[in-house]
Amino acid sequence: MAATLQVTSGCEERLSILHPAGPAAQTIAQVWWIMLVGAVVIFVFVMALLVAAWTRPATLNPGDDGRRARVWMWGLGLGFPMVTLAALTGYGLFMGERLLPRDGPDLVTVSAEARQWAWAFRYADAPGRVTEGELHIPADRPVNVRITSVDVIHSFWVPRLAGKLDAVPGHVNVLRIEAARAGTYDGQSAEFSGAGYRGHVFTLIAHDAAGWAAFLRDGAP
Amino acid sequence: MTGATQRGTALRLHRGLSRIWASDPRLRGWLTTSNNNDVGILFLIVATTFFVIGGILAMLIRAQLATPQSAFMEPQVYNQIFTMHGTVMMFLFAIPFFEAMSMLMLPGMLGTRDLAFPRLGAYGLWVYIFGGSAVIIAMLMGLAPDGGWFMYPPLSSAAFSPGIGADVWLLGITSIEVSAIATAIEVIVTVLRYRAAGMSLSRMPIFAWYILIVSVMILTAFPPMILGSLMLEVERAFDWPFFQVENGGDPLLWQHLFWLFGHPEVYIIFLPAAGMIATILPVMARTTLLGYGWVVAAAVSLAVLSFGLWVHHMFTTGIPHMGLAFFSAASTLVAVPTAVMIFSWIGTLWKGRPRMDLPMLWIMGFFATFVIGGLTGVMLAVVPFNWQVHDTHFVVAHLHYVLIGGYVFPMVAAIYYFMPLLTGRTRFFKLGEVAFWLVVPAFHVTFLAVHVAGLLGQRRRTSTYDPGQGWEVLNLVASVASFVMAIGFALIILDVAVNAFVAVRGRRNPWGAATLEWAAANPSPAYGFASIPIVSGRYPLHDDPDLAVRIARGEGYLGDASRNRRETLIVTTAQGEPSLVVVLPGNSVVPFLLAVVTSTSFLAPLFGAYLLSGLALIGVVILALIWAWGLGSRTDEGLVDAGHGAMLPLASETPDPPGWWGSLFLLLADSVHFGSLLFGYAFLWTVAPNWPPQSYLQPDFWGVSLAVGGAAALVAGPRLAVGAIRRGRAAWPGIPLGLVGACAIAAAAATIPLARAEPAGHAYDATLWLLAGHVGLHAGLTAIMLIYFAARVARGYASPARIGEARIAGLWADFTAATGLVALGAAWLPGAFA
Repeated sequence: MAATLQVTSGCEERLSILHPAGPAAQTIAQVWWIMLVGAVVIFVFVMALLVAAWTRPATLNPGDDGRRARVWMWGLGLGFPMVTLAALTGYGLFMGERLLPRDGPDLVTVSAEARQWAWAFRYADAPGRVTEGELHIPADRPVNVRITSVDVIHSFWVPRLAGKLDAVPGHVNVLRIEAARAGTYDGQSAEFSGAGYRGHVFTLIAHDAAGWAAFLRDGAP
Repeated sequence: MTGATQRGTALRLHRGLSRIWASDPRLRGWLTTSNNNDVGILFLIVATTFFVIGGILAMLIRAQLATPQSAFMEPQVYNQIFTMHGTVMMFLFAIPFFEAMSMLMLPGMLGTRDLAFPRLGAYGLWVYIFGGSAVIIAMLMGLAPDGGWFMYPPLSSAAFSPGIGADVWLLGITSIEVSAIATAIEVIVTVLRYRAAGMSLSRMPIFAWYILIVSVMILTAFPPMILGSLMLEVERAFDWPFFQVENGGDPLLWQHLFWLFGHPEVYIIFLPAAGMIATILPVMARTTLLGYGWVVAAAVSLAVLSFGLWVHHMFTTGIPHMGLAFFSAASTLVAVPTAVMIFSWIGTLWKGRPRMDLPMLWIMGFFATFVIGGLTGVMLAVVPFNWQVHDTHFVVAHLHYVLIGGYVFPMVAAIYYFMPLLTGRTRFFKLGEVAFWLVVPAFHVTFLAVHVAGLLGQRRRTSTYDPGQGWEVLNLVASVASFVMAIGFALIILDVAVNAFVAVRGRRNPWGAATLEWAAANPSPAYGFASIPIVSGRYPLHDDPDLAVRIARGEGYLGDASRNRRETLIVTTAQGEPSLVVVLPGNSVVPFLLAVVTSTSFLAPLFGAYLLSGLALIGVVILALIWAWGLGSRTDEGLVDAGHGAMLPLASETPDPPGWWGSLFLLLADSVHFGSLLFGYAFLWTVAPNWPPQSYLQPDFWGVSLAVGGAAALVAGPRLAVGAIRRGRAAWPGIPLGLVGACAIAAAAATIPLARAEPAGHAYDATLWLLAGHVGLHAGLTAIMLIYFAARVARGYASPARIGEARIAGLWADFTAATGLVALGAAWLPGAFA
């Protein structure tokens, strides 16, 4: 019974960006929650100003247009968004820099080739090995995915691990992913690609160190 | 004068002007009318029809997504439905609807009698009706485009979309963009020159500022899209490989061109609605707009910024992070002018004594919705977050918050606000309030749920989904609420329709507004104002409560029907001083016929009927010449009595008639189109794989000489002609010189396809052909104009005063020479340095 529940709840969040399972998705989920709080505060503030316009005593906000402009235009119109947005943009860029595929000591490189409507994965550590619809990576190690397409534009996305990056014919885009724990994760293309788009999905299997070694040695278990 | 004689004066004037400005009777009248009231109302009805069609498509989408593993629609059908929903709402509803509103309201607001180019407005209307209908008919035949409304190649290329669906989209939408550009030019010239006496730029109603800015944006944002559509269409039809990687193309070029249009497009849709809010809200708050100058500056900066952030639709395409940083900053920065507007409006409410009539209620709905859409927009500008939610239902929810909250709600407010003016009736049935309380809460339920579904990983554009991911309840709730919202919108349409026909007659200016549109009779007669108002401030009806009566008595300018023609006033651009009297053309079937042949030339290629398309194009030229020939005069009339002792020249007897201004702005759009072509060339050169090409075009001596000599002759010829006519001498030496120049530069362009015979071989060659085509087309246009102009001179249509037509031809010749040299230089330079 407990096992069934666990499986069901596991199902519920297979593609959710709010249930991160790796550092990149974790970072982005944190960005989201911070922005959500900020957005709610700003929304409530603006709505309060709006409601106050109808309910405030007439003595509030007296004076001429010049004085009002100082408060409403300079203060709220210019100053308030400038400060908030500068902080947010800086924060976003700082976080984005941390997600870039930089070199590291235990970096693993795989490649993902999309076509209508399937995925082929190749491995730098096991030349010649190709897996279809199933991407194997080691858990707890940074992985660079070199993404391309042979026909139309697709997009490589494992929501619980990281953001998405497009598979564009003629271009190779590199996405950094990492799974904190061994396990199975759902991936899906996220760029509309015609009639078979819904079924353009794949599975990502993150192995522990032993499992990864076995995969490189023997192929998919 | 006694009261009775004054009323008699007003009535006589009304009868005289009504006769002059009347449309033809019955059905024929709808085909020949060019009056802004008629064209505007047709525009409005047709745009509303497309809104209903788009809404039905939306309901089909929500029906399909209501339950998991839905078998209601196959993916092939669903893909057509969502593509058409986006296309219809963006191109066939949103843009035409605000164009309709500005056609109806702008002349009244500005204190003039009609728009600057009434026939151009009628032409735009018919092109829109034909193009839009073709797209809808294709859908009913199951031949609709199915690649999503942004049509990314290679999915939309011939290899992956073999049917005519993509061609329907490219050709149908391009024809509608042509119509939008026509309307934009009309609006710009109207705002800049056709205003009440004394209405300086700083006294203009705020909506005029907004619509002026939007129209300039249309001229600069649509051309990249038109170029992209042209490239994709010739790729599909003739295999010119602009977007095919293996032959030197790059699919990302389409995305750049599309979003160079597509992002400004969002603000092109939002700003007219913002203009409506800035118009309506102060009246409803019984005060004046707080920070008029601030709002104008904010609208201008929004327009400028909106061209610098198209890449935020492409954050996941693999552009380097520092590049993304720039566009991320620009995308968040765009929230600043938006905040200026929002706080100007809330500050206006604080300043005044607001009252909650129905238009105000909808504006409150706007605030509660648009602010959320703006905040999620800022979230999407944050690059890492965008990587996660891009192409999920989160984005779907965001864009509906912005477009419905930021556009549809204010436009509903505008419809209710202007209804007394449009129909002459006040609201009797009160379905509007019920509709509001259905639409706005249901909207929030629907799209808040859609946000969450996106966060839980639901992709947009999937025809259905599997259970067990937490999406079922969200989608069901969204679907049920969306049906409630649809019922609410149906009630609004019903409410407006019923009230338009059966409600009680209302009094003039029921809201106590201060702008001139409320000074016209109610509903507005065909001629608009019995005389052109004289204003001395931003709020003329508050400055002078009797203004409406004075206008009706003919106490403004041109309050005189005796010359028996459609006259209105042209003012100086900045100060609004009376400057010219312009005679507007009367009813004509030519705009309708020209729209028929234009649409034929656009739509015939759908069925491979290139010959018919070519014939129709010749028809376009012939009809355009007939159109132009019917204007102008063979005698100088001299100064005209405009009233108040002002003796003003006719617009046709000045060096810069409205047609010259219109040409100037059309050439602005043309320049952007040409600039986009150069951008595409440079983009392919630097970004596309499989570049450079194996060999370059080599410039040859004769080609370069022809180009330089031709350009010089093109610049000199029309100048000589204009100078000669000015001095009363014969124009003959100049016109042939210009013609020789046009032929020479066309011949120089022709050397390119001769030297590179295979445009399908490599994107380089295809681009060279487009560059050569640009030069050839403009040389041809200039040649036609010069020949036409020679015929006009021969028939006595030119004089030292009537020099405008000559200067228009000169403008086109200059443009042809300048862009011709740049185009040919761009084609030859790589070969010269290789």
